[in-house]
Amino acid sequence: MITIKNLHASIDGKEILKGLNLEVKAGEVHAIMGPNGAGKSTLASVLAGRDGYEVTAGTVVFEGKDLLDLKTEDRAREGLFLAFQYPIEIPGVSNVNFLRAALNEIKEYHGEDPINAKDFLKLVREKSAIVELDAKLASRSVNEGFSGGEKKRNEIFQMAMLNPKLAILDETDSGLDIDALRIVANGVNILKSPENATIVITHYQRLLDYIVPDFVHVLFDGKIVKTGSKELALELEERGYDWIKEELAL
Amino acid sequence: MSYTENDLAEDLQNQEYKYGFVSNLESEKIPKGLSEDIIRLISAKKEEPQWLLDYRLKAYAIWLEMTEPEWAHVQYAKPDFQDIIYYSAVKQKKYESWDDVEPEMKETMKKLGISMDEQKVLTGTNVAVDFVMDSVSVATSFKSKLSELGIIFCSFSEGVKNHPELIKKYMGSVVPTTDNFYAALNSAVFTDGSFCYIPKGVRCPMELSTYFRINEQGTGQFERTLVVADQGSYVSYLEGCTAPMRDENQLHAAVVELIAMDDAEIKYSTVQNWYPGDKDGKGGIFNFVTKRGICEKNAKISWTQVETGSAVTWKYPSCILKGDNSVGEFYSVAVTNHHQQADTGTKMIHLGKNTKSTIISKGVSGGKSNNSYRGLVQIHKGATNARNFSQCDSLLMSDECGAHTFPYIECKNSSAKIEHEATTSKIGEDQIFYCQQRGISSEKAISLIVNGYCKEVLNQLPMEFAVEAQKLLAISLDNSVG
Ligand SMILES: Nc1ncnc2c1ncn2[C@@H]1O[C@H](COP(=O)(O)OP(=O)(O)O)[C@@H](O)[C@H]1O
Ligand SMILES: [Mg+2]
Repeated sequence: MITIKNLHASIDGKEILKGLNLEVKAGEVHAIMGPNGAGKSTLASVLAGRDGYEVTAGTVVFEGKDLLDLKTEDRAREGLFLAFQYPIEIPGVSNVNFLRAALNEIKEYHGEDPINAKDFLKLVREKSAIVELDAKLASRSVNEGFSGGEKKRNEIFQMAMLNPKLAILDETDSGLDIDALRIVANGVNILKSPENATIVITHYQRLLDYIVPDFVHVLFDGKIVKTGSKELALELEERGYDWIKEELAL
Repeated sequence: MSYTENDLAEDLQNQEYKYGFVSNLESEKIPKGLSEDIIRLISAKKEEPQWLLDYRLKAYAIWLEMTEPEWAHVQYAKPDFQDIIYYSAVKQKKYESWDDVEPEMKETMKKLGISMDEQKVLTGTNVAVDFVMDSVSVATSFKSKLSELGIIFCSFSEGVKNHPELIKKYMGSVVPTTDNFYAALNSAVFTDGSFCYIPKGVRCPMELSTYFRINEQGTGQFERTLVVADQGSYVSYLEGCTAPMRDENQLHAAVVELIAMDDAEIKYSTVQNWYPGDKDGKGGIFNFVTKRGICEKNAKISWTQVETGSAVTWKYPSCILKGDNSVGEFYSVAVTNHHQQADTGTKMIHLGKNTKSTIISKGVSGGKSNNSYRGLVQIHKGATNARNFSQCDSLLMSDECGAHTFPYIECKNSSAKIEHEATTSKIGEDQIFYCQQRGISSEKAISLIVNGYCKEVLNQLPMEFAVEAQKLLAISLDNSVG
């Protein structure tokens, strides 16, 4: 699915990612954990193609294509989805209009016909049910006036609508109460298939009780310094990150 | 609505100013320049009555004493009034029926998206159109259908010929000749425009629309529109404008007067898309317009404007809330890009008791443009319990553009309640990124975000116009971010 090799990236001349390696295969769930400021969101932004980041070295191959060579929107159209740590509000643009525009641009990219209104509404009903998103929220302006939890649920709703190959969830669990966490995780699990893959960025082990990862990586100072199974997450929760520092003499 | 996102995407492929073509129509022009003789000549060409010639000459004398206003936040080379042709008419003078219209003219209308073919228009979405090219009204549709209801909708010239008593009574009653430099100039040299009268208690069953087009080089357009809504009547009126792309600046100085009698309502919508000049600021229309309406008791006037064109815009659609309980509204989107300059806003003059006004202004500026809101809310002594709510938002698309807000409030009655809100924001890179991350191109993202930002205003437009306006916004803002 995606192969990241020796990725170096900086912002405003400051190097944040310092030779990151990661390989994710179809059907897998990877968790990335790490202390604040380690570069987790930076990794997500660089992969998604956000402006302002400079990739100084390394390669990223996504589904056989050079990801870094693609325009931001084309990365999305190729099936890369980022659930934002801080979802953005777009006043006056309804969620459904926004999604229809997105869906149709993706379809057009793949040479498909636009979705008709009836099928689209059916899809909205079906997918909003997965994250128990109120139908009213689907027609409200994108994220405007949504609570923190609603915003996160809306991200997963959008993911369900766009059906990506690789989804990166950036701290989707932060700020969620236990019920919302369960709903969001449940949504992610329903959408999981042997053809797609998920990277879950998180601070807390508790999300991983619901979304069970195949691998857990520790991102520290711009690099993945340790990889393990889901037990590693428990250990990190218990012991923090200092022991890794010592163990690896960082 | 049958218009889909895809249609929009398709329309955006062609992002140039698409009305920039010139029609090859033979026209009759008078020599350029301005003098009493020229005014006499215009009046004679139009076979006008003496009282109208006198009106013009008086206005001209007043204009000669006036100086061009300089208070607006715009900079431009002042027009040379002797270098303008004040009258230009398409050669074939009178069309008895639609079949008489020559092919080139029909082609022009087709390119502009104007449908005059009454047969083909489905009932329900009817729009009666008056088409004004350069100095004359070319054709008006649905006339007979409207006249069954007693509605008069015709060119201003025909109004002068057939309904002189109405024109004489109302022309200049809201915008007097002395009002300002450009209103005085217009009063002296105006050539055509539209006239509309809705009788007592009649609800006009279709949108009335005037389409203004400048075609001829070196001409100015000086039209007058007069809309009179008699007691208890209702009318929704639309106005659209375009011009060819030319390197020279052309002057458009119109006067629009609205009269809403007791319990009447007038909704006046404009989508202004005059040629804005090229990306380096060369050419484009100078749009200096005076628009004002008066409300009698319980009457309501609602101005909605989407201003995307013109090199320089100077325009303040206003309401005089004379009657008790009357309501004035102003909804505006002004978009400037490249080197465009807009100074626009409104005046709400509260005279009657319990009068209410609402101002929603959305300025969107990109490139190196300058966009100013200028508004006056005036509460007079007798305007007990007057209410005003103003909201002026500016959206910046680039670092080099300017957005300014000049709200003036004059209040002489302590029971008045005036609220003013203003915001300025920069179009969010994070918003654009968010859209792109969902597969939406950056151009489409900008169009979505700006349309969302202007939604309150766009919602006020009649459906067909709203779609047109959405496309326009997207096209106008091409290459605006920076
Ligand atoms: N726009 C920016 N300009 C400069 N430094 C930034 C910017 N964004 C993030 N950083 C820095 O990059 C580092 C990594 O940030 P981030 O990727 O958000 O960490 P994480 O998501 O792991 O908490 C931090 O030191 C942060 O301060
Ligand atoms: Mg982060």
